[in-house]
Amino acid sequence: MARDLTCIICPRGCALHIDGELNVTGNACPRGAAYAKQEVTDPRRTLTSTVKCRGKLFRVCPVKTALPIPKDKVSPAMDEVNAVEILPPVHIGDVVIKNIAGTGIDLVATRDIEE
Amino acid sequence: MMYAHMEDIIIIGGGAIGAFIARNLSRYQLNVLVLEKENDVGDATSMANSAIVHSGYDPVPGTKKARFNVEGNALFPSVCEELDVEFEQCGSMTLATEEKQLQTLKELEQRGKDNGVVTRLLSRAEVLRLEPNVSPDVKGALLCPTAGIVNPFTLVAHAFENALDNGVKLSLGEEVLAIEKRDGSFVLKTNKGQREAKIVINAAGVKSEEVTKMVEPVDWTVNPRKGEYYVLDHYAPGLVNHVLFPLPSEKGKGVLVTHTTSGNYLVGPSSEWVEDKDDHSTDSETLSNVKAQASLMVPNIPFREQIRVFAGVRATPSTHDFIIEPAKTAPNFILCAGIESPGLVSSPAIGRYVVEELVRPLIPLVPKANYQPCVKKYVRFSALTEEQKEALVEQNPHFGEVICNCEKVTLGEIEDVLSRSLPCLTIKAVKKRTRAGFGKCQGGFCQPKVLLLLAKKLGVSPLEVLYDRAGSNILRKESK
Amino acid sequence: MMATRDLVIIGGGSAGMAAAISAYDEGVKDIVILERSPYLGGILNQCIHNGFGLQYFKEELTGPEFLTRFVVEVQKRGIEVKLNANVTAISKDKTVTYVSPEGAGVIEAKSIVLATGCYERSAGSIGIPGERPSGVITAGQAQLYLNEYGYLVGKKVFILGSGDIGLIMARRMTLEGAQVLGVAELMPYSNGLNRNIQQCLIDFGIPLYLSHTVTKVIGKGKLEAIEISQVDGSLKPIPGTEKRFDVDTLLLSVGLVPNNDLLDKIGVPISPTRGSKVNEHMETELDGVFSCGNVLHVHDLVDYVVEEGHQAGKSAAAYLQGRLPRHEDVLYTQAGNGVGYVVPACIDLHNADGKVAIKFRVRRPAKEVYVEYRIGETLIKRMYKPAIIPSEMEIVSLDKASLQGEGPLTVSLVAKEVK
Repeated sequence: MARDLTCIICPRGCALHIDGELNVTGNACPRGAAYAKQEVTDPRRTLTSTVKCRGKLFRVCPVKTALPIPKDKVSPAMDEVNAVEILPPVHIGDVVIKNIAGTGIDLVATRDIEE
Repeated sequence: MMYAHMEDIIIIGGGAIGAFIARNLSRYQLNVLVLEKENDVGDATSMANSAIVHSGYDPVPGTKKARFNVEGNALFPSVCEELDVEFEQCGSMTLATEEKQLQTLKELEQRGKDNGVVTRLLSRAEVLRLEPNVSPDVKGALLCPTAGIVNPFTLVAHAFENALDNGVKLSLGEEVLAIEKRDGSFVLKTNKGQREAKIVINAAGVKSEEVTKMVEPVDWTVNPRKGEYYVLDHYAPGLVNHVLFPLPSEKGKGVLVTHTTSGNYLVGPSSEWVEDKDDHSTDSETLSNVKAQASLMVPNIPFREQIRVFAGVRATPSTHDFIIEPAKTAPNFILCAGIESPGLVSSPAIGRYVVEELVRPLIPLVPKANYQPCVKKYVRFSALTEEQKEALVEQNPHFGEVICNCEKVTLGEIEDVLSRSLPCLTIKAVKKRTRAGFGKCQGGFCQPKVLLLLAKKLGVSPLEVLYDRAGSNILRKESK
Repeated sequence: MMATRDLVIIGGGSAGMAAAISAYDEGVKDIVILERSPYLGGILNQCIHNGFGLQYFKEELTGPEFLTRFVVEVQKRGIEVKLNANVTAISKDKTVTYVSPEGAGVIEAKSIVLATGCYERSAGSIGIPGERPSGVITAGQAQLYLNEYGYLVGKKVFILGSGDIGLIMARRMTLEGAQVLGVAELMPYSNGLNRNIQQCLIDFGIPLYLSHTVTKVIGKGKLEAIEISQVDGSLKPIPGTEKRFDVDTLLLSVGLVPNNDLLDKIGVPISPTRGSKVNEHMETELDGVFSCGNVLHVHDLVDYVVEEGHQAGKSAAAYLQGRLPRHEDVLYTQAGNGVGYVVPACIDLHNADGKVAIKFRVRRPAKEVYVEYRIGETLIKRMYKPAIIPSEMEIVSLDKASLQGEGPLTVSLVAKEVK
């Protein structure tokens, strides 16, 4: 089935068209074509949020999924994000939740938090 | 909750009038309690007005408005000195923009003389020399050198602080719902319980009619008349140097253009009768009219510097004059009703009059030996010299921590207002006392810091901190 | 206490840190960064979403990750940073006055880079009709509460303005359990990036009401409801189109304004961006005083903020090393048809080597247009654009050698001629 999409790979936001045979038009770069194919077969998003982490300057620690996770796993992933608390010190890249929502992808810290 | 205690005097209303009555009463050995329905003093008409210390040329000679305006104006320099309130006697100009208005200016000059106010007629050339940004179409003006501008927030707050320092009690968030006349006392039913006093003073502003009716029927009304304003940021010093008025009309003093004691500019107010005494809404059409009228006097007002719009509600009496007298059926119930403009400038004189002329016959006024007329001086960090700043930060590092970046308000100043006798319970109260959040970003950056300071000081969760009224919490839940 | 410094950088966000790094690498060692917060990084600290750095680092980072890379570079060079240091004034002779809990101070600077960022337009500045209850707050403030303090400001939310912060907050608040009922945009087009419309609104089924604005705020103490209306071609609300939404929060994403107080107060000329007028070296009218990042003009991407910071830092170094003489004969620039502003405001043609980056934004979206650069009537360059939108900043690099003739240099949009 053909679809019109807005590319979310970069700020340019190309208007993409993908047909039933997965031919993509409208993309300014190869990443756009890859995105469109991914979006119609297995749509994924990088999830960013915060987890409880009571430091001196910040009360929460920002986190992200190390890679995009399936769109339908965003909600179960948020349940896990909301349930976890980590203790400072934290460093960028520290794994906060391994294999979040069974996606095989880790949730990692995106800020250093001092004690 | 029951209050067994009998007060000598209860003042209903924590606005400017209540403040100066309380302060004047605090000189004497009396038990005085002030009830204010909002969560801060000076939170209604006293907060949302033009903040002008009128000279007194305008009210009809012989009225209470004329008397208390002129007396109040004379008291302002010393009151503001004692209370450490920002006040600037910059003078006002009433502008004639058409030839035929010059005659009216002469009549106003005469009215000023009748009221005992010094004024001077200015030629077009004189006006333009003193106010280069006024429209070249101006024909002349009436200059009133004794007029000025005041910080209305600190005026009310500091007057209450001084009263509290001298023993007056204050209950915030307490609204009077009914009053029962008893033999020699009044019992006030409030949202928090019951209060009792020998004398009650009604200084309830726009609600002064409703409060009086709790005691006796009245043959007058207090009608809410709304005024909408623009506030501009403070980056064009010298746009106007005086308070600029158009010629007054039946609808009041008209749209004025003035600077404020904080160096902002204020343009307004409109004049609209409203139904709801708590209607503080603004609308685009009214504000456009305000803009158009102001531009007749000052054509190049930098409206792009707009940082806020607001509306205040005047307590306009059907009698056209202040109602300051004992109730007809209850001599121990004193009315201060329908105090609209020039109420702010009149407030020190009304406070003195109510106490010395109306309360004195009712109860012995024995002076306190330790009465202190002055509040402890405030630090205004941004106004200090570099040397003073260095010394102060050395002594207390909190004065080196800027909380509000736009207005350069420091942690030390906020901690000071949080530790004074006058309760400072809300984000808006901090804003009114210190100017934190009054700048061009309107608290965008500093409000979270103020909120956390308040939570800590009040010993509550940040979720419980109020912006202003009950229910005005900023935060809804902890996200994590 | 008076100190002297070769370079004082005001603001330790991405622009200021980039300026410090470049100045240092060009040989300036006596640098201090004055940062008002207790940490470096500025507004990126609260921008925890991803999408930063694709241009600069060629990878997608979150705001805190992006800023941390710059903090590391600043620390590696041993550049001095004063935190909690709030600059209260600068003078025309480059005296910088600041306060901090460690003491108030005055610095005689040989050069200054201003990198103080921007602030959000508030409810007061746009005068939203209705009451002024709590619950009407800027999107950035809600973002600060949520991403640094860990508090949600509301549970039922409407958003006015389709700027990127508003869109990002629509997603953030939805993920955190709030219900976002819609976004109203006054203009007939969105002011955010297309990708944000997709991944922040469409992904979550949040409606975008174009050509709509909030016509009433309802609620005395706390926000109870808002009313939106459709607007006509002259942006006036159309009676009869009112829709009511019962919400406890109205987020505003209605524009950003350069926080240019320090230069405004001493009368340095400002451009239509509300930042200072600068030449192609990011130098203001004051010799040795440079401005970069969002205090100069509001950028769409932090990657470009950083580029501009680097340029200001290099220019400051050149100035300090006597390599940046100022000349009277400059070529002024101006915004022509369809263009909102042009940065820089003037170009020094004395040294006609190299290239100059011209940045501008269009006033409204356009399709199939040429962007023309003309000096007087002479066409310098013409570029075809299939589509151009106000939410994206345009950058073009011109050869200085091509910029000959009587000024000013005008940047304008011209419709593609129909054959």
